Amino acid sequence: MSLTIPVGADDHIQGPETAPITLVEYGDYQCPYCANAYVIVKRVQHQLGPLLRFVFRNFPLSQVHPQAELAAEAAEAAGAQSMFWEMHDALYENQPALSPALIGALAQGLQLDMERFEKDLASRRFREHVKRDFMGGVRSGVAGTPTFFINGERYEGSWDEPSLVNALKATA
Amino acid sequence: MDALKAGTSAPEFSLPSTPDQRVALSELRGRPVVLIFYPADWSPVCGDELALFNELRDEFAKFDASLLGISVDGAWCHTAFAKDRGYHMTLLADFEPKGEVARQYGVYRSKEGVCERALFVIKPDGVIHWSHVSPIGVNPGVDGVLHALESLPRSAS
Repeated sequence: MSLTIPVGADDHIQGPETAPITLVEYGDYQCPYCANAYVIVKRVQHQLGPLLRFVFRNFPLSQVHPQAELAAEAAEAAGAQSMFWEMHDALYENQPALSPALIGALAQGLQLDMERFEKDLASRRFREHVKRDFMGGVRSGVAGTPTFFINGERYEGSWDEPSLVNALKATA
Repeated sequence: MDALKAGTSAPEFSLPSTPDQRVALSELRGRPVVLIFYPADWSPVCGDELALFNELRDEFAKFDASLLGISVDGAWCHTAFAKDRGYHMTLLADFEPKGEVARQYGVYRSKEGVCERALFVIKPDGVIHWSHVSPIGVNPGVDGVLHALESLPRSAS
């Protein structure tokens, strides 16, 4: 399966635009496997440096993970204040305690404009964005989290650090 | 045993959806039906697959499609499983005689005594429009079903 929605302006991207390798992850902030993947992706980014561009897209399974949708919208709301990755990292690092109160505390810790942040969450401003990510994932054959795409092709292999690094290097 | 293919009339069945209710396929005539055969309640892969269908209930509602999960687990087991996972879809118990409906659809694994991981999209007139069998350990996702529903002839309704 290939990625149906190419990486674009709507995406949250780390790494240079000219990087020869693009890794896209569909993830859920309340998924324990994604919390493991979070640590691994960080290490892989460290290893590959400017060779790698990393993109995170939302795939919250909110029926089984009741905090996942709120967390996804909170990360987007932080993104509107240029703090997407800071919130993304904080959510995974605090996953076991995920709750509306924790998300508020994380936002405060990042010194976000709280009035705006809370308004964006209350109005569900980023609901459509999250849904668009989700449906794009569904159409690309994403069936669970985390699912990775390397240069637009679904990665079916193991995502432990050495396997992922090898797979990424092989496409460069 | 091969899974029934597109163009075949979907075999009628009536199975328990709860300990005291049954659902018959013929009751759903006039709207598309998605049958999701899966091996067992509680195993992690099945949970993921049903979670995705459950998550996308709004999308399936756009097609006015009924979603039915089917395994050989009993109705009490289904009830506990759905409650635990927060699933809102109907789960049918192909429990007695065991696997009879799965056999009729060509998706019973007699060696293991469970259903295949198989998907059927049935047209409003009761004819199979699309079917797919996945390797038992692979979550098939829902894009195949969505494509099949999109390719249904528009009904006059």
